[in-house]
Amino acid sequence: MTAVSPSLARRGRVMMRWPRFVRTPQGVVGLAMLAFVLLVAFVGPLIAPHSIEEPIGAPGQSPGAGALLGTDFLGRDVLSRVLHGGVSVLGLSITATVLTYIVGITVGLIAGYSRSLVDPLLMRFVDLMLSFPALLLLLVLVTGAGSGVGILILGVVLVMFPGVARIVRTSTLEASVKGYVEAAVMRGERPSAILTREILPNIISFVLADVGIRFSAAIIFIASLNYLSLGLKPPAADWALMIAENREILSSNVWGVLAPAIMLGLLTISVNLLGDAYARTLGRSRGRA
Amino acid sequence: MTSRSSDFASVGTGEVDAVSSGRARHTIAAFLTKRLIAGAATLLVASFVIFFAVNVLPGNVATAVLGKNSTPANTALLRRRLHLNRPFIVRYGDWLGDALQGNLGQSAVALAQAGVGEGVGSGTVQNAGVAQKIGTPFRNSVILAGITIILLIPLSLLLGCLAGVRAGRSADYAISYTALVLGAFPEFVLGTLLIFLFFTLLNLFPPIALVGPGQTPLSEPNVLVLPVLTLLGVSLSFSARQVRAGMAEVMRQDYVAMARLNGLHERRVLWRYALRNALAPSVQVFAQTIQYLIGGIIIVESVFAYPGIGTFLVDAVTARDVPEVEAVALILAAIYILINIAADLLVLLLVPKLRTGLAQT
Repeated sequence: MTAVSPSLARRGRVMMRWPRFVRTPQGVVGLAMLAFVLLVAFVGPLIAPHSIEEPIGAPGQSPGAGALLGTDFLGRDVLSRVLHGGVSVLGLSITATVLTYIVGITVGLIAGYSRSLVDPLLMRFVDLMLSFPALLLLLVLVTGAGSGVGILILGVVLVMFPGVARIVRTSTLEASVKGYVEAAVMRGERPSAILTREILPNIISFVLADVGIRFSAAIIFIASLNYLSLGLKPPAADWALMIAENREILSSNVWGVLAPAIMLGLLTISVNLLGDAYARTLGRSRGRA
Repeated sequence: MTSRSSDFASVGTGEVDAVSSGRARHTIAAFLTKRLIAGAATLLVASFVIFFAVNVLPGNVATAVLGKNSTPANTALLRRRLHLNRPFIVRYGDWLGDALQGNLGQSAVALAQAGVGEGVGSGTVQNAGVAQKIGTPFRNSVILAGITIILLIPLSLLLGCLAGVRAGRSADYAISYTALVLGAFPEFVLGTLLIFLFFTLLNLFPPIALVGPGQTPLSEPNVLVLPVLTLLGVSLSFSARQVRAGMAEVMRQDYVAMARLNGLHERRVLWRYALRNALAPSVQVFAQTIQYLIGGIIIVESVFAYPGIGTFLVDAVTARDVPEVEAVALILAAIYILINIAADLLVLLLVPKLRTGLAQT
């Protein structure tokens, strides 16, 4: 994602790389799809013709003049709800992904650099989290703490940060014996300065290489829990929630289900296409096919 | 399945480094014992995590289960029945001890219903045992997952090898991009699209997997089609892409070039030289895919209301039925760990080099 959405991208190194993987046909298609989804999600709420909570007609009406995509199971305008329904899934998964990287990088740096008991303890915890089906852990958490947006984000971060932490730890271990780190130690720099100013800038592009895969996983976790009504609650307009709600009117107005399903599909496909294109570029520059 | 990387624990061949020769059978027994003990330890910690996550976080389960019926007296009764008024660590010990003896506790919802009906009662409640309740859903899930795996393995080997052998050509691109796109979908989106295609448009298969009481899904094969297709769609893409990567790697090796230069028939090169060497990494891929299925089946069963362990779990989570969630989570975690061990064992049997290497350790 970093190199994908300019608002998220760190300027400099990552920005310089983006022409190379976006110029592939795969990158162009992915970027166009993502741009469309982002446009609908963030501009959509401004141009939605109707309210997302007030019925405008009978439930499950097929598309007509008043409602271009018909009405949903409560008679609300499907088009307006689709235009409003992207902010939640994008906002929640971007938040969860950013937090995942913040927690994962912090834990990984500390584990990799401190030659103390912290490292084995943190890594055993990481192993434990990885030896457990992630979705199961999320469901267990929801049982204990109840459903809600905060728990949703906390849960996704909890199941996703161990993967990041493990990569950061390995990279930190490798970097911490390099000359520039030893020079900083000799200068008497504090460990926190060494970690943030010497090690982190040198490992960050490697650590962020699979950000597309992780962002896509966050989208799937969050959308799945919303679909199971274990995250956002009605009457919220959310693509995943809409797919679940409008199942009952599938035979009278397919657009209630199809429109949000297409939007979610475009989102995850575009993120995967771009992530894959990015990984291929990295692979080629390292001399692998 | 690129998008589900976090579902896949790293299934490594772990402790095989040294090289030596030794008695293979003894080695395998020792390996198995070691892994089973380690697996049991992992499961023990996992059981604590499950119990901790369900019990320590805020959120009053007794009130949530009772819902509209929650009066102070009712809540107190249910809390007592669920032993919620005893210290956390004592409850964990009791729960684990019972689970080891096959007693998975009593359903909180069933207890609540019985409690409301009888007013103030005591003793055990009929039909509340979780162990009895999960028998049928568990069997149904095994059927669903079993059929998926039986189709998945040959299909992903076929497609993966086809793409790997023709790496960089049009067949490879067609397979790889189809897999990338299919694997990108969240399970419930793919399932919903399949319902739209095969029910709304074509009216071929039912959108909801109704299975009569006392019947198995096998007596209604129609209900299995769409859930299996959905699971295949998302899991096949991951495993086929991984098999392709392994096969493409093998095809670049010197011994394949050598075999070709020696004038061997291309079919023989593929079967005797390439495929055999690409197979061992594939076992790990299939283990990961099956582990992914444990998570995927939860969502897919919910989409089709398939009467399996996934639907059971989601219902229990929605009702905040703590004993049911704990029981299912513990069983699924145990299966997850066992698959890991089984995959490592299978690799050990397939690759003699690792077996001799292990004898030293």
